[in-house]
This record gives sequence, structure tokens and C-alpha cells, in this order.
Amino acid sequence: MTLTVAATNDWLRRFARSVDDNEQLLTDLDAAIGDADHGSNLRRGMLAVVEQLATEPAITIGDTLRGAGMTLISTVGGASGVLFGTLLLRMATLTGERTTATATEVIAALRDGLEGVRTRGHAELGDKTMVDVLAPTIDALDAAVTSGASLADAASTAAIAAQAARDATTALVARKGRASYLGDRSIGHVDPGAASTALLFAALAGALAEAAAVDA
Amino acid sequence: MKKLISSPESVVVDALRGMAAAHPELSVDLTRRIVYRAQPKEHGTVALVSGGGSGHEPLHAGFVGFGMLDAACAGAVFTSPTPDQVLAATRAVDRGAGVLHIVKNYTGDVLSFELAAELAAEARIEVRTVVVADDVAVTDSLYTAGRRGTGTTVLLERIVGAAAEQGFDLDEVHALAERIAAAGRSMGIALGGATVPAAGRPTFTLGDDEIEWGVGIHGEPGRERQPMGPAPDLAARLVQPLVGDGLGTGDAIVMLSGLGATPLIELYGMLAAITPLLEQHGVRPVRVLVGDYVTSLDMAGCLLTVLPVDAELLSYWDSPVDTPALRWGRS
Repeated sequence: MTLTVAATNDWLRRFARSVDDNEQLLTDLDAAIGDADHGSNLRRGMLAVVEQLATEPAITIGDTLRGAGMTLISTVGGASGVLFGTLLLRMATLTGERTTATATEVIAALRDGLEGVRTRGHAELGDKTMVDVLAPTIDALDAAVTSGASLADAASTAAIAAQAARDATTALVARKGRASYLGDRSIGHVDPGAASTALLFAALAGALAEAAAVDA
Repeated sequence: MKKLISSPESVVVDALRGMAAAHPELSVDLTRRIVYRAQPKEHGTVALVSGGGSGHEPLHAGFVGFGMLDAACAGAVFTSPTPDQVLAATRAVDRGAGVLHIVKNYTGDVLSFELAAELAAEARIEVRTVVVADDVAVTDSLYTAGRRGTGTTVLLERIVGAAAEQGFDLDEVHALAERIAAAGRSMGIALGGATVPAAGRPTFTLGDDEIEWGVGIHGEPGRERQPMGPAPDLAARLVQPLVGDGLGTGDAIVMLSGLGATPLIELYGMLAAITPLLEQHGVRPVRVLVGDYVTSLDMAGCLLTVLPVDAELLSYWDSPVDTPALRWGRS
């Protein structure tokens, strides 16, 4: 199976719903080691994305992701707007004019997105950021596809890996962002950006499972 | 939560509308949340753009005007402005001599201004950036986002703003800004957390006998929870880290800012305790600001900033300034 424009739309909508449902959780995580605004900021941005999907539907995967990325950059504020926006913009560049993307293409786009986030955010693996979910989750997706799973099945394996990666940020010392000011006091808390990134992959798994069910 | 607001969503725009009503000398773009001077400066002079999360008032919009900023971008509460906001402000204030971006060192602010500067370069606007990272509470190392930008930002905007007004070119303005950013030091303590309107409750709570030592300006906990003490004791805990961080001696501009919920009587009392300690270390406060200049919503506590100055810097400081929050020397 492939990723379609409709599934891409569904992915973003599901992510928006999930951020809305988890706004308080994300904000609480941020209150513990940051500044208590991750949930409300990301919710604002994703509501704007959903509105844009409804009013200015795009024809290609690239344009859909580019529109969402630009909207996040211009509405969220803070580091998370620029970083989530960068992830989607870089994915958009690689998926380009396509209306469907194969599993390999999706993985390549995600890897490029991860590279964009690392470069823009100057973050490495282990810094207790969204990179700590992005990297292992993309690896898990890649491994599942390589071992013959369908894109939908691989995405649900990846979503589980994302949750584990999110939880694993608890033990890390924050080295980037506001949480880094706390030093060792950041240990024992899940990174809010890691938590929202896990939601992004849960949404992807949900959208692809739905698309697969419709196909079958 | 009990606040004088309409709703958490509208709090920033409502405040900007109020600023517009109070200050006809400002021009407020409510859609983009940018505050400009109503009277733009002359062609051929360097323009200054700053901005940051809201909740630090009067920083930054309160420092827009003659002798300071040309534009300030207001982000959501405690959230950096967006790159397109910064780009719009940069485009609007450029007078052909380039624009200095004054950025407080927070990941979001740095990323937004960085992206905006790249986009401005594509539009052939020359941009230089100074990042203020003056908060000695943060142990600067490879393993943190670096020191936070706090009080030195105000002093920098004033001094560099004066130099821009006097016709310095972009390189000179930038060099002066870097010099101030390198020399200023700040340290803050909190007696309680801040309540972000969207979150609805304080970012942390403290017992009557506790303080957070080494706080920033976003309601985050500080470096350490410590026992409360009398003013002279707290003053020593503010001054010591500055001195221990290689603070220069001699004449200095001193700013003791309330963090939003501390009465002036306490700030003046603290200043009385701080001044002799600074003098013991050879730091002579020749200009002093006491009041709310860099705040953290409704946080109780204070932020001490010290900037060693020579006669040249002091002459810029003393030159006319006309903004909502700093005003002297101009009739």
C-alpha cells in the first residue's frame, strides 16, 4: 500500500484531534520542565492546519505537507512551531508532486525531515528532545517495512516504538531548550516534544490503518 | 486563576489594543502583533527589531520609540514570535541601512529570528543579530541551551538604540551590541511561580519559607530551591553569583526589576541591601533603574542586572529616549 493525499490529510486531522485531546497533558509535561505552553501552542497551530485543509485542499502530498508546515511555523511560535514545521516542509520537498508515496518514499521523507529538525534545532540523539522519538521511530518503521510488513502494519509497529521512545526520555537529562536550564532536575519527566511527536506517529498509524481497511 | 483578562486566547491582543489606546506615538499592528513607532526613523539609519514571548511587559513593546527599538514582535505568552512576524517587522523598519535583531537566548526565539534573518537576506535586507545570554544562574556548557537572556536586553536596547539614532552603521551598532551582551550579568530569585493564563495555575508553588534561586523569566523553576531569608541575605545571594562570574568593576548601570508581583517598597529595600554589596566588590552604581522592566507575568521576586560602563556607554545611556517605559531628556 502507499500513502495517499487523502491519508495525508487524515494523518494531519488525526494529529490535530489528538493534540486537542491531549492539550492538558502536553501542557502539564511542559509545566514540569519548561514553560507550560506546549499543549496550547501546538493545539493553536494544528487547529489552523485543519482549517487550511478544509478551505485550501491541496492536490499533492508535497503541497499538503508544505501548507501544514508553513501554517505551523507562522502560528505556533516557540521552538516547536519551527521544528514541527521544518519536519513537514522537508518531508514535502521529498514527496514533491506525488499523489501517492511508497513506504520507501515515506521513510526517506521522514529521514529528511529528521535531518532538518536536527540541523535547525542543533539537537542530537539523547538531548531529551523530539529527536529522541523521531530517530528510533523512523528506524522501527524502516525495519518493519524491510522485514516485509505493509506500510500500515509497519506504522502501527512504529507508533508503539514511538511510545517507548517517548517514555525513555524520562531518564534523560535535557540538553536543549528550556528544560536544559534545570540540569539534573529534568530527569524523571517525559519531554513534552517527545510526547507530541509520539502522538504524530500514532496519528500516522491510525490514518494508514483506516486507509488499509478501506482498501480491503 | 483570577486575572483581569477577557480570555486566555485574547490576552496578548487585548494588551496590544490597550497599548495602542495609551500610546498614540506607537503604531500597533494587531493582526501581526507588531508594535512600531508611529514616526519611523530617517532613511539611512540602522533599525532595531526585538521581540519575544508576551508576559514580560514592558519588555519589549514598552521600549519602542525614539532612542530604543523601531519594532517589537509580541509572541503568545512565554512563546517566541513566529519567523514571519519577525520578517514583517524587519521589512517594515528597514531604512536601507540594515536591521539589528536583538534576541534573548531561548531556543524558540533564536530559531525564529534565525529563520527570519535568512528570509530577510533573500529579500536583500542586511540583518545582524545579537543574542543576549546574561543569566548567570544557568551553568553554561555544551550540555545546555546556554544562558538565558534577561535584564541586559533592556540596557542593550537603550544604549544601542542611542547609537543607531546617532548614525552608527550596522557593523558599529552590532559591535556595540555584542560588547554590551558580553559585559552584562543578571540573576533572579522568585518567591512564587507565575500563572500562565492558558495553563490556569502557577508553574510551581513554594512554601512560606522557600524561594527559587536562579530563576528565569518564564515561570520555570530556578537552579535550586533555597530557604527564605531577610533582604540583606537575599541580596548577597543575588550579588555573589554576578561577582563570581567575572563581573567587571568600576562604574555600572544597575537594574533591579520586579518580576511582576513584587511591590516597589520591597524592590527599594532590596536595592538598599544590594548597593553596599556591589560597592564592596568595586562596582559603583552610577545609574539605577528600580521597577518592573522585565517581568514574568505575576511572579513575585526580582531580577538584578549589572552592566559595567565607561564614559562612552554612559553618554549613550543618558542621551534622549522616548518610549512608554523609559523616557528622559526629550521635550
